[in-house]
Amino acid sequence: MALAELGLGPLGDSLEELRWTFESGKTRSISWRKAQLQALLNFLRDNEEQILEAIHEDVGKHRVEAFRDEVGVLIKSLTHNLDCLEKWVAPKKTKLPLAFFPATAELLPEPLGLVIIFSSWNFPMSLALEPLIGAISAGNTAVIKPSEISPTCSSFLATVIPRYLDNKAIKVIEGGAAIAAQLLEEKWDKIFFTGSPRVGRIVMSAAAKHLTPVTLELGGKCPVVLDTRFSSSEMEVVVKRIAWGKWGLCNGQSCIGVDYVLVEEKSAFTLIGLLKKAINKFYGKNTKECNDYVRIINEHHFERLHKLIRDPEVANSIVHGGSVDKEKLFIEPTILLNPPLESEIMTEEIFGPFLPIITLKNIQQSAGFIKSRPKPLALYVFTKDETLKKLMISQTSSGSITFNDVAFQFLSDSLPFGGVGQSGMGRYHGKFSFDEFTHEKAVLRRTLLLDLEPRYPPWNDFKLKFIRLLYKYDYFGLLLLLLGLKR
Amino acid sequence: MEDEMKKMERFDSDSAASLLKELRGTFASGKTKSYEWRVQQLKNMIKMIDDNERAIMEALQQDLAKPRFESFVSEISLTKAACNHALKELKHWMKPEKAKTAITTFPSSAEIVSEPFGIVLIISAWNYPFLLSLDPVVGAIAAGNSVVLKPSEISPATSSLLAKLLEDYLDSSAVRVVEGAVAETTALLEQKWDKILYTGNGKVGRIVMAAAAKHLTPVILELGGKSPVVVDSNVNLKVSARRIAAGKWGCNNGQACIAPDYIITTKAYAPTLIDGLKNILEEFFGKDPLESKDLSRIVNSNHFSRLAKLLDEDKVSGKIVHGGQRDETRLMIAPTILLDVPEDSLIMNEEIFGPLLPIITVDKVEDSFDIIKSRSKPLAAYLFTSSKKLEKEFVENISAGGMLINDTVVHLTNPSLPFGGVGESGIGSYHGKFSFDAFSHKKAVLYRSLYGDAPVRYPPYTPGKLRILRAILDGSIIGAILALIGFGKKKLE
Repeated sequence: MALAELGLGPLGDSLEELRWTFESGKTRSISWRKAQLQALLNFLRDNEEQILEAIHEDVGKHRVEAFRDEVGVLIKSLTHNLDCLEKWVAPKKTKLPLAFFPATAELLPEPLGLVIIFSSWNFPMSLALEPLIGAISAGNTAVIKPSEISPTCSSFLATVIPRYLDNKAIKVIEGGAAIAAQLLEEKWDKIFFTGSPRVGRIVMSAAAKHLTPVTLELGGKCPVVLDTRFSSSEMEVVVKRIAWGKWGLCNGQSCIGVDYVLVEEKSAFTLIGLLKKAINKFYGKNTKECNDYVRIINEHHFERLHKLIRDPEVANSIVHGGSVDKEKLFIEPTILLNPPLESEIMTEEIFGPFLPIITLKNIQQSAGFIKSRPKPLALYVFTKDETLKKLMISQTSSGSITFNDVAFQFLSDSLPFGGVGQSGMGRYHGKFSFDEFTHEKAVLRRTLLLDLEPRYPPWNDFKLKFIRLLYKYDYFGLLLLLLGLKR
Repeated sequence: MEDEMKKMERFDSDSAASLLKELRGTFASGKTKSYEWRVQQLKNMIKMIDDNERAIMEALQQDLAKPRFESFVSEISLTKAACNHALKELKHWMKPEKAKTAITTFPSSAEIVSEPFGIVLIISAWNYPFLLSLDPVVGAIAAGNSVVLKPSEISPATSSLLAKLLEDYLDSSAVRVVEGAVAETTALLEQKWDKILYTGNGKVGRIVMAAAAKHLTPVILELGGKSPVVVDSNVNLKVSARRIAAGKWGCNNGQACIAPDYIITTKAYAPTLIDGLKNILEEFFGKDPLESKDLSRIVNSNHFSRLAKLLDEDKVSGKIVHGGQRDETRLMIAPTILLDVPEDSLIMNEEIFGPLLPIITVDKVEDSFDIIKSRSKPLAAYLFTSSKKLEKEFVENISAGGMLINDTVVHLTNPSLPFGGVGESGIGSYHGKFSFDAFSHKKAVLYRSLYGDAPVRYPPYTPGKLRILRAILDGSIIGAILALIGFGKKKLE
């Protein structure tokens, strides 16, 4: 085992222990799974203060935002899982054609075994724990490797989770790229990764060595298509939602946050005006001093973002904001109008508070614009036009598409949450989480009492005719054949 | 001139890139997404099979000496059945699925829309070269994709027949066949596909997945493994032996991913089982199986040598209790049973994929579970028993792609069961609607109203807003209303 060879005994021992726990069958019992889910609920409720504090410490999120997007969402998911678990775990009977009679068939969900969850720094609690909920519900043992870029949350999880969950089945392993690389050498039964496409490739390549199935929740540039055929009061709500979708979700540092907006030329200035209004309403005149405004996660990302707007042509397109404060890791809400399409700000996922507005002659062109770029995780379309809605659904591909709002698809337990193409593979939330960590085993039960002669060698023409009819489910023809009446 | 011609014919990276470019153009036109186009392709495929049944059987005979009956039962009719099933269900499959909405997204409505991935690569195998090529193609087309099929070069007659037939019957602006071996497959794998389905072994499966990883292409890997058969002593011997023998030797003479690989039974029952199998074998293939027209040959000399090596290993050669006859010139190996080969022998450590059937014995039939669990998860696991208790334990404790109680192999013909592996035996599944789903992206669609825009979601953040959010996320309508009008538990100030 790679870890043992490297002399990292304890790490190797941890994995051995997890495998042994899985083999013991403990995690398959519904009562164990429910107990763990309940324990996770207690973890959230008992430690809410500290959790919101840790998130604030790492990412600078206001506690209301942290509750809304992380803690509250986890509580909702846990309640849902506890309610539905028995139903999900039950085998599903499937239909069988008469030709199979007598027999029964079912699909039996079973856990995959030992899974690993790599989570990201921007939603440091929910991206670690939401997949864990699925893994536990499905009966697996699990390792969580939280992001080292959110160290307070990472160490909080490492310290406190063991007080609530079954240590022999669920472990938190902290560390950076080196630890992650070592972990990726091991044979897992499933890898769940949230992060960038670049690292997603590395994870999948490592998984290929062991034929480990992967779920990759990646990112991309989530566009907003804004059809401005709204009344002025409706426009206010629309733009408020867009502004919220950009700056209100970890300040642009969210995989499903708004990346850029497509709008018709003639409405660009109205849009900019309304955006400024919304920013002011949310954060007041001095965003730097506003507690509700999230900072940039660290220097590396600050530099990356700052570089995007130092490109002179891009800088020229700034119509609002643009100021930065390196010490406070602060970048002001910034709006740009038509930066060059080949500039990095328009080719890379921004993941920050810059909002490019790209104008088109007419809004129908947005489908072509989006199609010519990598498939995003989410597409947001604001319109009242039913034809445009249908066009966008059928002409573009994305993980999801939401009409007249941003990000809400994340809250639904009955919609799969995941990407396609460069934005990822696999999905979760609700029962999809359970399914993602499950192998659906097909089980067919037959009896030894009745046996069909024609299926066996030696082959002859009669048998061929028989099978031909059987496959067509032509029971009458079969009867005739058996009675010697069919040629 | 000849060299130039040869160069033109060679399929390399450039050819692969331009093939993809062309197919992307077709896909972008939206042609493959229409219901009518999909239906037409499926109907054409059925016509293709009906018109060319003889040619198909001949190709299979050439490649594998596959008996006509087997070709019909296990390749031709299953492919047709897949087309017919898809035709019957397609309208229903293509409809968006309504999704429930809850208070957390209120007011809203939601659905899940199936859309094609785009350009799909299907790499198939040599043992069921017709079925394993077209069955996935049916799924890919039903889901609205454009497809490239790379049939196995180890079954060349079928490969070239497929190339010709698909060009004649299907829309070649969207569906293509690329023939070739390692070089051609490598050239194909360098490209960016939207989905890849590979049928074959774990070694190449890893190569395919690694290539796919570079482009973040999702994969389905239909691999293999050692599919065990546990035989209890309380069974109807004749029926059990027949079903085991049919599954082993009636399916391409053991060269099938779900063929019974080895048997585990009790020491006490083994002699009875062996006798039962011997009788059935004579019934099936006569006294001289090498002369039987109903037995497939070994596909090529590489595999023949591989199987001979398994039999000739020192610790194994003495364990043969039936069969063992071979004819190298005709690439024939007779159905062969071995008893109590050592666990560390070659034959017990690689997928046999041939007509050799080792029987491992244990004291109690329950002891078989540990043997199976100590190995990697197989594609299929079989149990013959009349004990409900043993059945229950088997199903609950053994993990495999699929399981069959009191029969072998036939679960693959049922379109309402997913066909695929787990662990070393594969990733993903297909057949029936599972094929449609395998080649579809399930896009979540949420429709939100502009009305009822709750101020709680926006900054500036206040404790009051937190109370309301808490209630909403708790699913409590009353709590939300109370919080809205100023009541409710004060948790955080």
